[in-house]
Amino acid sequence: MSVLELSHLTYRYPGAQRAALEDVSLTVEAGELVVVVGVSGSGKSTLLRAVSGLVPHFHGGEFSGRVTVAGMDTREHGPGELACAVGTLFQDPETQVVMGTPRSELAFPLENRGLPAPAVARGVEEAALSLGVAHLLDRPTGELSGGELQRVALGAALAAHPAVLVLDEPTSQLDPVAGEELLGSLRRLNEDFDATILLAEHRLERCLAGADRVIALAGGRLVCDAPPGEFLEWAAVAAPRLQTPGAALMSGLGLRPAAGVKRARAGLRACGLLADAPAAREPARDAGIRRRPRAGARAHGAPAPALRLRRVWHELRSGPVLLRDVSLALAPGERVALMGRNGAGKSTLLRHAAGLMAPTRGHVEAAGRVALLLQNPSDYLVHETVAAEASPAARAAVGLDPALESRHPRELSGGERQRLALAIVLDDPAGAPAVVCLDEPTRGMDRAHRDELAARLSGLGSAVLLATHDPEFVAAFAQRVILLADGAVIADGPVDEVLAGARYFATETARILGGEGGALTPEQGIALLSARRAEALPA
Amino acid sequence: MSYRRRASPLHAARAASGCAYCLALVIAALVLSAPLALAALAVAILIAGAGARVLGELARAARLAIPVALAVAAINALVTRDGLTVIARLGDLPILGHTDITLEATVYGGVLGLRAAILILCGALYTVAVDPDEVLRLFRRVSFRSALTAALATRMVPVLVRDGRRFAEAQRCRPGRPPGRVALLRASTSGALDRALDVAAALEVRGYGAARRPAGGRVPWSRHDVGFLLAAALIAAVAVAARVGGWAPFQAYPSLRAPLGPQELIAALALVLAASLPFLQRRGVGR
Repeated sequence: MSVLELSHLTYRYPGAQRAALEDVSLTVEAGELVVVVGVSGSGKSTLLRAVSGLVPHFHGGEFSGRVTVAGMDTREHGPGELACAVGTLFQDPETQVVMGTPRSELAFPLENRGLPAPAVARGVEEAALSLGVAHLLDRPTGELSGGELQRVALGAALAAHPAVLVLDEPTSQLDPVAGEELLGSLRRLNEDFDATILLAEHRLERCLAGADRVIALAGGRLVCDAPPGEFLEWAAVAAPRLQTPGAALMSGLGLRPAAGVKRARAGLRACGLLADAPAAREPARDAGIRRRPRAGARAHGAPAPALRLRRVWHELRSGPVLLRDVSLALAPGERVALMGRNGAGKSTLLRHAAGLMAPTRGHVEAAGRVALLLQNPSDYLVHETVAAEASPAARAAVGLDPALESRHPRELSGGERQRLALAIVLDDPAGAPAVVCLDEPTRGMDRAHRDELAARLSGLGSAVLLATHDPEFVAAFAQRVILLADGAVIADGPVDEVLAGARYFATETARILGGEGGALTPEQGIALLSARRAEALPA
Repeated sequence: MSYRRRASPLHAARAASGCAYCLALVIAALVLSAPLALAALAVAILIAGAGARVLGELARAARLAIPVALAVAAINALVTRDGLTVIARLGDLPILGHTDITLEATVYGGVLGLRAAILILCGALYTVAVDPDEVLRLFRRVSFRSALTAALATRMVPVLVRDGRRFAEAQRCRPGRPPGRVALLRASTSGALDRALDVAAALEVRGYGAARRPAGGRVPWSRHDVGFLLAAALIAAVAVAARVGGWAPFQAYPSLRAPLGPQELIAALALVLAASLPFLQRRGVGR
């Protein structure tokens, strides 16, 4: 039975030049988990907003075609009425949780439906238990982490037992652990409670394995609607940028792409490219992987470091220690990634490097200016036009389209805003910065834009220090990885050594290959396995 | 300073009882003016703070309340010309003119300051011990949207403060001349409006636009609900009776009159007891 039907849906935002959605028709059956994919600006969010009724009731614009959710036509029913049929979760947990405690937040949609107190209490209990947030019910929402807030918001979306759950990149603002937990909750809801889920997500490798169908959008049009395996085959030919790293590895070897690490491993084993049982790996004995020279020491004739931290501590008054005895040095032009779970001290370290925070002990020295791009590029945008924000040279250096110069910065897409913010921090008549620091630059960014950013940063010439949770980006971009935990450096070494043997910080290719040969990217994996295949062939 | 559920009788009581209790303390502070009665009220609030396990929060509120109280006392002493007992002659002062400090004006200023401090502490006690979401539910029958708007406004304050901090940091990262104040104001305002738009969309998809009046549902009255409601009634009754019956008389001008007899002592004791008794019942305070 179809719970959702879109028929020839075309929609244009007010004042927009082109339609955000064009002639989209599809149906979703009850109990399906459907992943919506596409590069930024392809119409994913608009599609989900059309299902929840925000398009056109909240956003306005031109709407034609028909969307029916659980028998309700969205032209006749606004988002408030549709809320009993559609549960919606957006990207940013901060602005979705409006009440003081999770208990009140979960009760809010039920109270809006005018349910009596016992029914509200029951709904709250059920939603809390199904998402594992019962222990949070009476905590102030202001004290919850991003992952906890997002799970509470998911609970609020679920509390009224909607026919369809619509999620717009719900993990984009979360660290990988919180993101995995949320996706795990979704899979459980789908499997145990037959929840119908429509999920837009950039990191397909995390959610394709549990999906029933994948819907791909490009330029507002539906370009693929198929099960995950077929979608990956289609993407290998028609949209390589939408492939998962595992699928890219498989298709690069001429094999049928498979969704998920387990299926990819099985495919490789069937071809004899991977051993039946992974070799037992001893945990790295040397936590530092490779001992680097002391931060203060410098080899004879080596250039002075672009950035050097010497025994830096940051201890809060009556609070925790944010950085513990951190020493590190970046050579000019070196590209270094800072990794570690949330709260490990990555952002604090970047702020020290850029001089926004001063160490309570130790020293920070830089060979020149340190530019810092913080997580939210919109915070840098204060002028009325793109041209007023940064010089033409700086805009050109980050690859910003000159045609955008008369546009308002807040009208730009996420990727364009980030490039403009990067142009702003780089734009100094005194010259290029010695070091460029970036805090989570790939958060919420699709693969195509990540690749572009990696190329752009590599071409800057400055040393780059970036904090990220994205091992795929690190593998493609960085030369060295520093792992932080509880404010201290726990590993510092070349990318392949740190990431290939890791579990949590490993790329999908490394997980498929079990860390063999230090291969991190699909290209490295293809080279490794192709060589193995060539060796196995009879002479 | 914000509400956080604690294992205390006041937190366990329903919001209606908590509101009534805090309101009764406010009424008592406004009705009474005898220093002894006000001091008793201050003691009662501190006992309530200890009973509700929010003494730390009240101490933080006192850091604001005490300077306010001292300022009120000082200003009254300086600007009031009433009172017969001159304790200091300051001569001609700019703006104030000829200034004599009288004992009566000083004491009355102290009383006003104490009252202001008590009102601040009552506000702090309400903020940290009465669930704002439950208060919202109380008022939604009267004016749902207004109540929600008020609740949202307070919820968004810390979010906007964090946004502001981030924005300021980003501006520090800009090389060259910093942008003008107008540009910064415009940008921060549009950031806040973006936030508001996101919140509005979230409210819509939670069914706020089609919200119906909540169905009536009987929630059983707990011993704490009853206890704090009775305490509120008793505090208000004692305060009004003391005022009307003259059990806590106080006259500041032209000369001080603040008798300390058995009646006054009983009224003060009754206030402290009425405010403290509901905290003795500690069954079922956890959640």
